[in-house]
Amino acid sequence: MLEKVIEIVKEQLNVEAEITAESNFKEDLGADSLDLFEIVMAFEEEFGTEIPTEDLESIATVGDVVNYLNAKGVN
Amino acid sequence: MLSGKVALVTGASRGIGREIAITLAGYGATVIVNYNGSAQAAQEVVDTIVEGGGQAKAVQASVAVDEDCKKMIEDTLAEYGKIDILVNNAGITKDNLMMKISEEDFDAVMDTNVKGTFLTIKHMYRAFLKQRGGRIINMSSVTGLSGNAGQSNYAASKAAVVGLTKSVAKELAARGVTCNAIAPGFIETDMTAKMTDAAKEAVLSQIPMKKVGHVKDIAETVAFLASDKASYITGQVISIDGGLHM
Repeated sequence: MLEKVIEIVKEQLNVEAEITAESNFKEDLGADSLDLFEIVMAFEEEFGTEIPTEDLESIATVGDVVNYLNAKGVN
Repeated sequence: MLSGKVALVTGASRGIGREIAITLAGYGATVIVNYNGSAQAAQEVVDTIVEGGGQAKAVQASVAVDEDCKKMIEDTLAEYGKIDILVNNAGITKDNLMMKISEEDFDAVMDTNVKGTFLTIKHMYRAFLKQRGGRIINMSSVTGLSGNAGQSNYAASKAAVVGLTKSVAKELAARGVTCNAIAPGFIETDMTAKMTDAAKEAVLSQIPMKKVGHVKDIAETVAFLASDKASYITGQVISIDGGLHM
């Protein structure tokens, strides 16, 4: 799951830097809110789940995404 | 110029919207002719387009109602797979001296002209991001730029459309989506036909070109902004008014 999430983030943000579970979207990866929104859309497509805009507030790092998806029962 | 594109034109059963729908279809776009109350007029627009060899479909929805907007856009995306061109043309007037405008008449104008524009863009937002491209053209008015006695509610709504247009343009610029506004001046339509002769004369004397505009003047500019030719234009308000506002 983490690898897949990292792969999507890399592709969406077009970054070469190393990404770990601790990477913060805004601070470490330089993503703005619209970038984040687009990444979320890519997750929705990949994992076939809907991520409501309200839930975005709880997501700051790549690890948060994995935890969030796991909590939703996505594998 | 627009073949293969799908366009949604709100308030397209009459006036400027009707002409925009017919013109976009003439350039090859498949046009969703949105209407609120005028079903017959909307069908007539569709028939005109189809007779001219184009593709169109009439869809009822009040843009001022969130669920209506959402459904119209979801249904259109489901059927056509995309919307390339969104023209927010639906608009109403409830003219009166400021002190005589009721709260209801203020709200009605803001609901259709501002909230309606906001809602269609909001419901198209994800699709535009996914498409990595799109054209949004909002209808402002010379009144929103210069103000007009007897139209404080309408002027406020059309000025609001300018702020909305520029904000959306900035948000989506890097994603290949452009957002521009058009500010028509005195155009011959049902809306301006309601004006008194004295009022018309007064406006005409202010227009440097000394003549009224026609719906075609607006529709051709919309078609240009909707095309690939206008890909580097965003956040602009284009006045089409014979020089009335400079």
